Amino acid sequence: MNKEGVILIAEDDEGHFELIKRSLQRAGVCNEILRFADGQETLDFLFVRGDGPKREHDKEYLLLLDIRMPKIDGMEVLEKVKHDPELRKIPVVMLTTTDDPRTIDRCHKLGCSVYIVKPVEYQDFAEAVRKVGLLLSVVEVPQINGMPKK
Amino acid sequence: MNKDAVILIAEDDPGHVELVKKNLWRSCVENNILQFRNGQEILDFLFRRDDKAKHDESVSYLLLLDIRMPTVDGQEVLRRIKEDEELRKIPVIILTTTDEAVEVNRYYEMGCSFYMIKPADYTKFMEAVENLGAFLSLDGVRVPVVDGVGVC
Repeated sequence: MNKEGVILIAEDDEGHFELIKRSLQRAGVCNEILRFADGQETLDFLFVRGDGPKREHDKEYLLLLDIRMPKIDGMEVLEKVKHDPELRKIPVVMLTTTDDPRTIDRCHKLGCSVYIVKPVEYQDFAEAVRKVGLLLSVVEVPQINGMPKK
Repeated sequence: MNKDAVILIAEDDPGHVELVKKNLWRSCVENNILQFRNGQEILDFLFRRDDKAKHDESVSYLLLLDIRMPTVDGQEVLRRIKEDEELRKIPVIILTTTDEAVEVNRYYEMGCSFYMIKPADYTKFMEAVENLGAFLSLDGVRVPVVDGVGVC
């Protein structure tokens, strides 16, 4: 992932967010990181609407997506992103406590890139995210252009 | 990754296959690995058209896919997989020497999970695969079971 690429983290738990951010940085990931506290904020950013921060053109994005979040959950965010002809190119990494085969199945059908169950232990969680960071350092991510369909 | 998941490698260069396998093992990836020498072989396996090697029902797969291969290339393989209702659940990681932005764009549009460029430098290639392996060796990575038969 290029240094200019932005990592989006949709995570309602602030403690989890801080841990994810720190662990990515520990893996040498120095990309800009943006946090969204729920699915609504995430969609507003990606679909360029509302008063909050908005997605920019011709930038690379990658989304780390929690499932259980207030207002709009991660499954719905994934569905909306993957049904948009432009936004669907964004790699979406599910990072969640939900370890249910039907949810795993559904997320892959919708088009998540990978699905990771958050380890319960703090150290294991940090180590898992560090390895996500190692992966991100060796993959290419596409630029997202233009405006999404309303 | 769930230990029962099988890693499929579609790659025509035997040297690259060995390098990938060796470095996945070094990263403690313990999953079974099956290799295919071209796009036709991997499609025959996934769509269960080969009598010797057919994909089993109720097994999880993850595919490492080269682009430039004889008979059927990686683009066609990815297209066929992602058009199939059931097979589309398989995470496909592109592993290629092609480093054009337009290609990166195209493959993500088609539904690859990640696009990874093979570094020309041998040591860097090993490191890149080790990073991939470190990720795949995580207990938390879940790959879904693929049921039923792909429809030709």
